[in-house]
Amino acid sequence: MKTQSITSPRVYLIIFAALLVLTVITVAASRVDLGVWHIPVALSIAVCKATLVGLFFMHLLDSDKLTWVVVVGSLLWLVILFVLTLSDYLSRVPIRISGS
Amino acid sequence: MSVEHHSALAHQFDSLEQQHAATSLGMWLFLASEVLIFGALFLGYSIYYYLYPDAWAAGSAHLNAWLGGLNTAILLGSSLTVALAVRAGQLGDNRQIFLYLVVTVLLGIAFLGIKAVEWTHDYHERLVPGPHFDALRWREAGISPQHAQLFFAVYFSMTGLHALHMIGGLAVIVWLIVLAWQQRFSADYNSPVELTGLYWHFVDIVWIFLFPLFYLIGHSH
Repeated sequence: MKTQSITSPRVYLIIFAALLVLTVITVAASRVDLGVWHIPVALSIAVCKATLVGLFFMHLLDSDKLTWVVVVGSLLWLVILFVLTLSDYLSRVPIRISGS
Repeated sequence: MSVEHHSALAHQFDSLEQQHAATSLGMWLFLASEVLIFGALFLGYSIYYYLYPDAWAAGSAHLNAWLGGLNTAILLGSSLTVALAVRAGQLGDNRQIFLYLVVTVLLGIAFLGIKAVEWTHDYHERLVPGPHFDALRWREAGISPQHAQLFFAVYFSMTGLHALHMIGGLAVIVWLIVLAWQQRFSADYNSPVELTGLYWHFVDIVWIFLFPLFYLIGHSH
């Protein structure tokens, strides 16, 4: 168990500014024709923003290992949920049934 | 380990540190369950986006990306003020806690106000799924009205659930404001502020994903 160190307001303001910049970038990127890449780009930027909020605003950087186990665990379950379900849909091939 | 007879220490814990670790873990476990609730909804979104990409892009184009972006900035700002309120809690500064949480609530209300404006507009534009939905406009654009209704059903469900989470969070923050006004917090007792902060940041993170996925997938407008 660690005691929480107290972050300076300046760090919070810098992170906030970074979050605003990333928001502007994600809006700007949506106006450029990226073809099939626009969703991966949008999601990557969102993951960056969420990571900044998690590490700094939610103090994950100062948090103990048990907290990390819970965070990583929940993300792992999410990955399992997405991978298993989407692998079903994305591997579906239309089947021709003779006579229909 | 000696037992501290501290007014903030509940009897089942050996130290303030242990108490803090336990309460924090409790909130993180709750947030993990929330990840799964919203995660399942995002999965539903993903499947339908995969199946009906045209309806998804067309539906997204009907949402106001500027209002969505403004709301994103507002919510990010509220996370900043909540983080500063939590910091004030660590310092035992009730006045700062009070001020930062008041600003947080104002930002939260602004967010909900903008959502109300958006939804009212969507209603008048006949974008709400159901008997009032304008199917003709979509047919004329070559989009299945059923798929378009699906997009908006997912949109209203997810942003609606998110808004409910915000309302709940704001109610708790108002209660914290009252406690701060009563000078109840100290450097040893500020968990309610910290845990509510964690919840609020989570609600912000959900919106961080909602915004691009609903507002920005239409073609450049």
